[in-house]
Amino acid sequence: MMEEILIAGFGGQGVMSMGQLIAYAGMTEGKFVSWLPSYGPEQRGGTANCAVVVSEEQVGSPLVSRPTTAIVLNNPSYEKFEPMVRAGGLLVVNSSLISKVSPRTDIRVLNIDATDKANELGNPKVANIILLGAFLEETGILSDESILEALKKVLSPEKHSLLEINRQALELGRSLTKAPTH
Amino acid sequence: MGKVLMKGNEVIAEAAVHAGCKYFFGYPITPQSELVAYMARRLPEVGGLFLQAESEVAAINMVYGAAGTGVRVMTSSSSPGFSLKQEGISYLVGAELPALIVNVVRGGPGLGNIQPAQSDYFQVTKGGGHGDYHTPVLAPSTLQEIIDLTEAAFDIADRYRTPVILLGDGMLGQMMEPVEFKELSERKPEQKEWATTGTRGDGKPRIISSLELNADALEKRNELLQKKFTMIKQNEVRFETFETEDADYIVTAYGTAARIAMNAINKARKDGLKIGMIRPITLWPFPEQPFIATRDRVKGYLSVEMSAGQMVEDVRLAVEGKAPVSFFGRTGGVVPTQEEIYDQIIQLAGGVEV
Repeated sequence: MMEEILIAGFGGQGVMSMGQLIAYAGMTEGKFVSWLPSYGPEQRGGTANCAVVVSEEQVGSPLVSRPTTAIVLNNPSYEKFEPMVRAGGLLVVNSSLISKVSPRTDIRVLNIDATDKANELGNPKVANIILLGAFLEETGILSDESILEALKKVLSPEKHSLLEINRQALELGRSLTKAPTH
Repeated sequence: MGKVLMKGNEVIAEAAVHAGCKYFFGYPITPQSELVAYMARRLPEVGGLFLQAESEVAAINMVYGAAGTGVRVMTSSSSPGFSLKQEGISYLVGAELPALIVNVVRGGPGLGNIQPAQSDYFQVTKGGGHGDYHTPVLAPSTLQEIIDLTEAAFDIADRYRTPVILLGDGMLGQMMEPVEFKELSERKPEQKEWATTGTRGDGKPRIISSLELNADALEKRNELLQKKFTMIKQNEVRFETFETEDADYIVTAYGTAARIAMNAINKARKDGLKIGMIRPITLWPFPEQPFIATRDRVKGYLSVEMSAGQMVEDVRLAVEGKAPVSFFGRTGGVVPTQEEIYDQIIQLAGGVEV
């Protein structure tokens, strides 16, 4: 098993922390992982992305050019990474902010209205966790327990009150993959 | 201690603390600023001293001063800032002072950009500053290896009284990977009989200087330095090979480029091509031995670099024309992808049999 994951969106959508959660959880489960942020003269509202590799073997390239999974949270990220997903791979789309529907038939596509669903849950910031839940349900690479364990490490102790809504978001994301979206 | 997920820059800093380094002088620059920030927080915790200098030039001269007292000391920067340190590094070599200098390389020349590159290879391996000298250069390719090589760098520096360079790049500095540190143990500072720690009427005054106005005396000093470089060449070469025994073609790369190339090599092996890898870990001294051992039987070498072709010159020197040496590189902060490297391997091997 080697998952090469690309996560992209606006700065502030929790793209980097999503990647770190996957990396942390992978490490907890004894897998080899790497996390690589895009970095540059970034600014608030600009696009950001990170590459995460989760593997049963030592990670070679931390750089992901042809992802097995791309999770895109906004339009510019969709335009850039939808064509890059490897055949047989997975594309997770935040359909609340992306109106286009991928015409590709050689990949699996999950259109999840994560931002809307996060608002319904009462916190727009957990849209990323909803998408993460959908990704985990579809790939089965990590357990919720390890993700929640990772959240405890990523969130500072004073924010541990947010663990519950994150758990809900994760569960909601998993359930949303059940409805056919493509 | 268990595994922790850390950024490369932070791993370098913590590894230095584990190696007994208590003094850091530096000036922030992307993509290695996390290293400086980490030291600012960490060194006071272990009874050390962090000082942000007014410039890179000031920082390297502070390193010179601290090294003269015999303590383990370091500085770090990225390419433009590392260039500024060259005068100081030459002085450290001339005065025979041990220190660790980290260069987290970014795209150049000039201010360039802040993306990962390996275009400072010439500068780190061929001297960099003025005068006849080399500095040992260690180039890790994983974050766990950073821990081992940072300690090795301090040990080599002390053993030979020389500055040592740890060479990374923006990707290695910015990425996160699980690492495992040993338990932090209090180290006894090494007794250095040359260190200038104040006279107590217990012998002649000790003088540390790189100045020698007498030409014959300076030539003698140069001869001693050259003898030391020969010893380092004999004792400190490090490299790793992967499936070179049966290889038709050998890819050679270091640091980040090496780990990306490994993906391409693994894919080529699955496709039935006999591809091996030589990964130099010390860039100076350059590992000639694995090339000498393979050059009479392989069909060719491919040097993969994030530069316009620098290490490839040392590869050619080691191969001595006994096999073709080709090159593939990307420049300006562009990192070659595993797919690009794979295509290069296929081209070199004359295609895959289907």
